[in-house]
Amino acid sequence: MSVDENMVRRIANLARIGVTNGELPALAKELSAIIGFVEQLSELDTDGVKPLTSAVEDRIRGREDVVTDGGYAEDVLANAPEKDDEYFAVPKVVE
Amino acid sequence: MAENKNLISGATGDWEIVLGLEVHAQVASKAKLFSGAATEFGAEPNSQVSLVDAAMPGMLPVINWFCVEQAVRTGLGLKAQINNHSVFDRKNYFYPDLPQGYQISQFQQPIVGEGAIEIDLADGAVKEIGIERLHLEQDAGKSLHDQHPNMSFVDLNRSGVALMEIVSNPDMRSAAEAQAYVKKLRAILRYLGTCDGNMEQGSLRADVNVSVRKPGDELGTRCEIKNVNSIRFIGQAIEYEARRQVDLIEDGGTVEQQTRLFDPKTGETRAMRSKEEAHDYRYFPDPDLLPLEFSQEFVDEIAKDLPELPDEKKARFINDYGLTPYDAGVLVGEAENAAFFEAAAEGQDAKAVANMVIGSVFAGLNKADLDIADSPVSAAQVGQLVGLIADDTVSGRSAKEVFELMFEDGPDQGKNPAVIIEEKGLKQVTDTAAIEAAVDEVIDANPDKVAQAKERPKMAGWFVGQVMQATGGKANPQAVNKLVMLKLGLE
Amino acid sequence: MTDLTQLNLADARDGLAKKKFSAVELTQAHIDRVSASSALNAYVLETPEKALAMAAESDAKIAAGETRPLEGLPIGVKDLFCTKGVRTTACSNILGDFTPPYESTVTQNLWNDGAVMLGKLNNDEFAMGSSNETSRFGPVVNPWKAGDTALVPGGSSGGSSAAVAARLGIAATATDTGGSIRQPAAFTGTVGLKPTYGRCSRWGIVAFASSLDQAGPITHTVRDAAMMLSSMASFDKRDTTSVERDVPNYEAALTGDIKGLRVGIPQEYRVDNMPAEIEKLWQQGIEWLKAAGAEIVDVSLPHTRYALPAYYIIAPAEASSNLARYDGVRYGARQQGTDIDDMYAQTRAAGFGDEVKRRVMIGTYALSAGYYDAYYVKALQVRRLIAEDFTKAYEKCDVLLTPTTPSAAFEIGKNVEDPLEMYLNDVFTVTVNLAGLPGISVPAGLDGDGLPLGLQLIGQAFGEETLLRTAGVLEQAAGFDVQPQDWWSA
Repeated sequence: MSVDENMVRRIANLARIGVTNGELPALAKELSAIIGFVEQLSELDTDGVKPLTSAVEDRIRGREDVVTDGGYAEDVLANAPEKDDEYFAVPKVVE
Repeated sequence: MAENKNLISGATGDWEIVLGLEVHAQVASKAKLFSGAATEFGAEPNSQVSLVDAAMPGMLPVINWFCVEQAVRTGLGLKAQINNHSVFDRKNYFYPDLPQGYQISQFQQPIVGEGAIEIDLADGAVKEIGIERLHLEQDAGKSLHDQHPNMSFVDLNRSGVALMEIVSNPDMRSAAEAQAYVKKLRAILRYLGTCDGNMEQGSLRADVNVSVRKPGDELGTRCEIKNVNSIRFIGQAIEYEARRQVDLIEDGGTVEQQTRLFDPKTGETRAMRSKEEAHDYRYFPDPDLLPLEFSQEFVDEIAKDLPELPDEKKARFINDYGLTPYDAGVLVGEAENAAFFEAAAEGQDAKAVANMVIGSVFAGLNKADLDIADSPVSAAQVGQLVGLIADDTVSGRSAKEVFELMFEDGPDQGKNPAVIIEEKGLKQVTDTAAIEAAVDEVIDANPDKVAQAKERPKMAGWFVGQVMQATGGKANPQAVNKLVMLKLGLE
Repeated sequence: MTDLTQLNLADARDGLAKKKFSAVELTQAHIDRVSASSALNAYVLETPEKALAMAAESDAKIAAGETRPLEGLPIGVKDLFCTKGVRTTACSNILGDFTPPYESTVTQNLWNDGAVMLGKLNNDEFAMGSSNETSRFGPVVNPWKAGDTALVPGGSSGGSSAAVAARLGIAATATDTGGSIRQPAAFTGTVGLKPTYGRCSRWGIVAFASSLDQAGPITHTVRDAAMMLSSMASFDKRDTTSVERDVPNYEAALTGDIKGLRVGIPQEYRVDNMPAEIEKLWQQGIEWLKAAGAEIVDVSLPHTRYALPAYYIIAPAEASSNLARYDGVRYGARQQGTDIDDMYAQTRAAGFGDEVKRRVMIGTYALSAGYYDAYYVKALQVRRLIAEDFTKAYEKCDVLLTPTTPSAAFEIGKNVEDPLEMYLNDVFTVTVNLAGLPGISVPAGLDGDGLPLGLQLIGQAFGEETLLRTAGVLEQAAGFDVQPQDWWSA
C-alpha cells in the first residue's frame, strides 16, 4: 500500500511534526517505500499467534504507597524554555 | 419495556434522553499511580512532581500497588467482575498538561469488568444502572488559561495521580437519575474509602454523555460534556444539553458528535475547539510495563475486608430499626451519618432518633455548614434527649429548645440534655394535680369560651393552648388535653 | 612510560594496582589524545575537569586500599545516557542544552565502581541509525580507512565505537536496539556486547524503543566487556522491565574452555548476495570453535527474514510514542508558534532530523486506527514466532554463531539517500533484540580492503557467562591485533 500526500499530512498532524507542502512528495515516497518493505509480513500466517510485547516474562512489580519523590520544583523547571515563576509557560491554549 | 416517565416535550412530540456517565474518581492514595510524588490537594505549583511525572528523558513508570488494591476493592463494591489479568495501554495525544504525550490507561483489558449499582428514585422506586467497566489511569496536570493574555501556565502536580474511570451503561433517562447515580456511586466510594468523593477539589468528576431520541428509535448521536464537578451542575448541564439537541433536531439540524464543556456561569454547554484526528489515540500496550496480574487469593483477601455498603446498611436499618425506606436512605447517604444514628439509637426508640437526627441534627449542620464530625451535639446526647422525651421528662416542644441550646453551646459546654433541662427549668409538668389546677384556672376565667366549646368541641384546643402558655409550655400536652376534655365535659 | 592509551581495561587495572602510573596520569593521557582527535568527531562534549577530579578521587581510593572494580579507568559515555549536571542531547537539536538533574542507573553504577568520565560520545540522533550520520553534531569518522575516503563507524553508537578503536577512552557505554552496539563494534574492530533485555536498567537512558533498548559496553577485549558488564548490570526497582537477578562476576566465566559446547549455525543467516568474504569469515569462525572442542550443529531459524520488517514496525511504533514528550514545553529547544499546536509542530519540525521524522511517522501510521492490526499486532505476532525459533534452536545448541554485518564499513554519505538500504545493515542483529537475547560481536578478521569484520555470537537469555566464555575463545583464535593507523591526530 502506498502512502499518499494526504496520508502524510494526516500522520504529520497526529505526530505534531510540521511539514511544508514542498516536503510532502519526498516524504510520501520514502514512507511508501518503508511501508512497502514491512508489508512482507502479510505473507505469514499468524492466526492464533499471541503477540509478544515484552521479552520479560516476570510478573509486574509494584511499589508501596509511600511518598518518596517530588518536592524539587526548581529541578523540574530548571530546563524549561519558558516559565513564569513556578509554572511552565506555553502559548495560550483555547479550549 | 417500562414506560419512560421522563420524556421531555418538543415541537414535534416527546423525546427521550439517554445518558451514560464516565466518572473519574481519584484513588485515595498518598502517592501517585506510577511515581512516588505526593497527591495532596493544594500544594505549591510543581512541588509534587517527580522526574517521571515531568516526563524527563529516560524516566520510567513503576506501579503503586495500593492503587491496584483500591481498584479491586471498588470493583467488588460495585459487584463487578474482577479481571485478574489486565493490561496498561498508552493513550497518545498532545496537550501541555500531558507531559509524556500519552496517558497510561487501560483500553481493551481493564482491571474491572461489568457490575451494577442501584439508585433510589424520588418516588421511592429503585433502578439498577449497569456498570460497563472500571479501569486505572493517570490524571493529567492542570493548565491555567486566564492568568495571562497570550500564555497558558502549566502545573503538573496532578499529573500522574491515580484515577479510577468508572463507565456506566447508557441506562439513565433523566437528570435526576444521573444525579442519583453519581450520589450513590460517591457514597459507595466513600464507604469503601477508595476515593474521598470531593467534587469541589476535583477528586470526583463526571463526563456526561447525552443523546436524545424519539421513544423506540435508535440511539441518537451523543455529545460528551467533560469534567462536570458538581451534582447540581450535572443536572443543569443535562437539562441544557438535552434541550439544545432537541431544538437543533427539530429545527432541521443534526447533532454532531462533539466534546463540550459546561459553563456554570451561563448554565450552557459549548463545543470544545476540536482538531481533526483528535480521537485517534493509537492505543498500544505500554512497553515500559508488564501485564497487571494478581491471584484470586489477593482478590479474596480484599473481599474479606469490605465494609457494609449503603444498600446493605439501608436494608438493615429498615429491617432492624423499622425505619422507612426514605429515612433509611437519608441516613446511609454518608457512612459517618449512619454511624452517628446507630450510636444515638442505642437503647432508644429508633424512629424517634431518626426523626431527631434527620430533622434537627442534619438541619442544624446544613445551616451552620458543618460536617457530622464537627456536630456540636453528640450522638450520645441525641440518644439521651430522645429518652428524656420518651419518659416524659420533657415535652417534645421543650426538647426542641433543649436541642437548640446544646447546638449553640457546642461541644465545649458539653452539657448533657438532662443538665440543661434542670438548669433551664424545662422539666415537663406531669403532676396531674398541678395541671388540673391550671386547667381549672383557665376554665374559671373564661366562662363564655366554655359555653362556646360545648357547641364547638374544637375550641378545646384553645383551652389546651392557654394551659400550655400558663405553664410555660412545660405541661405534658397529652395530660392537659385529657383533663381539658374531661373538665369541659367533651369526653 | 608505556603509551597509557594503548592499554585495555584489564591491563590498566593491573598497572594502577602495581602503581606503574596514577589514575590522574592515565586520565590525562586520554584527555590529551581526545583533544587532539576532533577530526573523528567522536566526542560531542569533553569533560576533562570532571575527569581529572574523578581520577584524583580514584588515586585517593587506591592509596587507601579501597580500590573499586573499575577504579580510575577512563571511559566515554554515549550521549543517550543522562549524566547529572552534564549536557545530554541524544545528539538531537530538540534537546537543546538539556542538562539533566539526574544520572542514569547504568552510568551511576560505573561511577560507583570508580570509573572516570572523559565526556559524551556522538551517536545517531535518538539512536536511530546504523552509521552515525544523523547526529546533530555531524557524522563520526571511522578511524579505520581504506584509501582516502571517510568511512562510517557504524551506528547508532558510532562515537562509542570510534572512540574505543582510536583509543580515545579505554571503553565506552553504548546502547543497542537493533544492532547499535554490535554493528559499530564490527565496523571498528572492537568488541560490542548487548546483554539480555532486562539485564541493565533503562532508567535514565533516553528511550528509543522500550521493549528493545539495552545498554552495553564497547571495549577492546572480551575480558574488558565482562568487566564493564559486571558494573553496568544491576536490578533497578525504578525500571519495571529490569529483571531481578544476581549479577555474577562475568570475568570469572572466561575460563577459555568450551569443550562440548554446542554451537548452532542458523542456515537462514546465509542471505542472498552474501559477500564471499563474510561467508569465508563465518566458516573460519566455525573452524576455530570446532578446533577448541565445540560441537557444530546446523539449526534453522525459519522466520529470520521477517525480523527486519517486524523491527521496522515495532521500533518506530514505540519510538513515535516515546518521542512525544519532546514538545518544547518542559525542556529542550522550543520554536515559537501561533498557538500551542503550531508551537509543537514548529518545535518538532525544527528539532528532529529527517530519519527521526521518518520513523516517528512510520510508527504513528502503524499504530493508527485502521492500521494497528495489520501492522503493529502483526509485527508482534511475528516477534513471537522469531522468539520461538530461538527457543527451539536452543534445544539443540547452546550458542549461535553468525556474521555480525553483511559488509565492512562503508563510505560516509553512501546510503544517506536510501533509508531501506541503510536498514539492511541490521539484518543479522535485529533478531536478537526482538527475542531479548544477549549478543556479542568479536573482531575476527579484515576484508580485502583491510577493514575489520566481526563475528556475532548469540546466547540464551541471561546466558552471558557462556556467551562471554565462547567469545573469549573466538577472540583468542582470531588473534585480531590490528589497529587503525593514526591519520586523525592534530
